[in-house]
Amino acid sequence: MQSVNSIKSTYIKELLNNGVRSGRGFFEYRNISVVRDIIPNAEGSAQVDLGSTKVLVGVKLDIDEPMPDKPNEGNIITSAELLPLASADFDIGPPSPEAIELARVVDRGIRAANVIDTGSLFIEEGKVWSVFIDIYIMNYDGNLFDASTLASVAALTNTRMPKYEDGNVIREGKLGKLKVNNIVTSCTYAKVGKSIMLDPDGDEESVMDARLTIANDETYIRAMQKGLSGSFKEHEVNELIETSFEKSKDLRAIINKLNSD
Amino acid sequence: MSSQEKPKLIVDGKRLDGRGFDELRPIKIEAGVLKNADGSAYLEWGKNKIFAAVYGPREALPKHTADPEKAVIKCRYSMAPFSSLEEHGRSGPNRRAIEISKVTKEVFENVIMSENFPGTEINIFIEVVQSDGGTRAAGITAAAVALATSGIPMRDLPYAVSAGKIGDHIVIDLNKIEDNYSDADVPIAVSPRTGDILLLQMDGSLTKDEFKEVIAKVKKAGQIISKVQRDALKAPYERISNKYK
Repeated sequence: MQSVNSIKSTYIKELLNNGVRSGRGFFEYRNISVVRDIIPNAEGSAQVDLGSTKVLVGVKLDIDEPMPDKPNEGNIITSAELLPLASADFDIGPPSPEAIELARVVDRGIRAANVIDTGSLFIEEGKVWSVFIDIYIMNYDGNLFDASTLASVAALTNTRMPKYEDGNVIREGKLGKLKVNNIVTSCTYAKVGKSIMLDPDGDEESVMDARLTIANDETYIRAMQKGLSGSFKEHEVNELIETSFEKSKDLRAIINKLNSD
Repeated sequence: MSSQEKPKLIVDGKRLDGRGFDELRPIKIEAGVLKNADGSAYLEWGKNKIFAAVYGPREALPKHTADPEKAVIKCRYSMAPFSSLEEHGRSGPNRRAIEISKVTKEVFENVIMSENFPGTEINIFIEVVQSDGGTRAAGITAAAVALATSGIPMRDLPYAVSAGKIGDHIVIDLNKIEDNYSDADVPIAVSPRTGDILLLQMDGSLTKDEFKEVIAKVKKAGQIISKVQRDALKAPYERISNKYK
C-alpha cells in the first residue's frame, strides 16, 4: 500500500531475516490507545491509535427493513473508507478491493462472534434497526484490520440505542445502550520471507509476502482471512492461532477497562 | 444465525444429501470448452456449474497497470443473476464478489510464473452460472485447470475446497443449505506439491483442535480433487491417442 524505495525495502527485509525488528519484538504490538465518544452526534464512536495508524469508527442506527431471511433481526452494515488524507497512496473514488476486504473481514468477526444482539433490534413486523459501522482510516501505517476491529468493538460497546415512538426516531435524551453480547478482537500477522511478525507497520506491509488475520473471543476462533500472494504452512497457522488466543487477552482487557471506567 | 430455526443438517449420521462427513459432492471437470479463450474449463461440483476462462498473457490495459518486471494477474469472479434459487440477483460484481476476486487472484499470483511475461496481464474470468455453496473453492479449482490448459507456466496446480462445522462434526464441502446454517465455514486453497496454504478464510466458531481437523480433512479431500483436475487435463490427449490406436 505504501511505496517504499528499493533500498529501504531491501534494508527492512534483511533486518527482518536476520531476526531484528526495528524497535520491538516480533510478537509485540505498537502502543495502542482507544478513546470513545469523540463524535457525540453519532450513536457510538471510537478512535484507535495503533502506532501512527489512526482509525475512527462511527456507529449510527436507522430504521430499516429486515433481510428477507432474518425477519426478526436487525441488520449490520459495515463499510470502510481508505481516505485520501490517510496516505499518498490512497486515491479518491469508489471503494477499492482493499477497502472492501477490510470492511468485510471486520464485519465477519463481529457477526460470527455475535457481538451485537441483533434480536434486540427488532421493532415490529417489517421494521428493524440497522447498525451502520463506518470505518474511517485517517492515517495509514499498517495493520488496519486490528485497529479497525478494535475501534468498531470499542464504539459498539458504548453505543446509544435510539427510541422509535409514534413514527419518530428519538436520538437524544434518556436512552439505553445497544445490547452487546460478546467481545471479539483480531490479531494480524505479516510474513516477510520466512519471518512472521504481529502488527506490521506500513513499511513492513510494503514488503510482506502474505498476511493472516485471526479474530477470536475467549473460546473460539471467529474469523480468519489470509491475504496476498505468499503462503503459510499448516504449522505456522496453528502457532499463530495459539498466539492470537494469548495476545487477544490484552486487547480484550483494553475494551473491558473502558467499559468499567 | 442463532435465532433462526435451523433445519436438521445431520440425520442418522448422514448429511441431508446422503453424504458422509468426509464425502465430497461429485466433481466433473472438462478442459478447453471455450474456443476463444487461451485456456478454459467447465466444472460441475454437486449442483454448482462454473465456467473459467483465461486470456493472456496480453498487453496490460490500461497501460499504467503494467508491471515492467512481471505479468499482472487480474481476476473477476462473478455470479450470474439467475444462478441461485433465491430472487434475481443484481448484475455486476457486488462487494462479496470483489472480495472473492481479490483472494482468488492472490492464489494464482502465488503459482503463476509471472516473471516470464513482464509488461503483460493475465485475465482469469470465473462465471458461476448455477450456485449451490462452495463456489469460490469450485471457481479456484476450475480456474487452475483453465490456466494449465492455456499453457501459462505454473509452479503447481492448486485446488480449493471448504470445510465446515455442523454441530460437533467437521464436514467437508458444504453445500448451500449447510453453508447457510453451519457453525463454521472455512474455504481453503492448497498448493498440493508443498502443502502451502494459499487461501484461508473462516467465519463462525472453531476451537484450535477443530481447526486442525479442518486442515487434515481438506488435505485428504484434496487428493481426490487434484486427481479430477489432472484427469481433465489429460482427457483431450487421451481421446486423440485412442483415435489412432
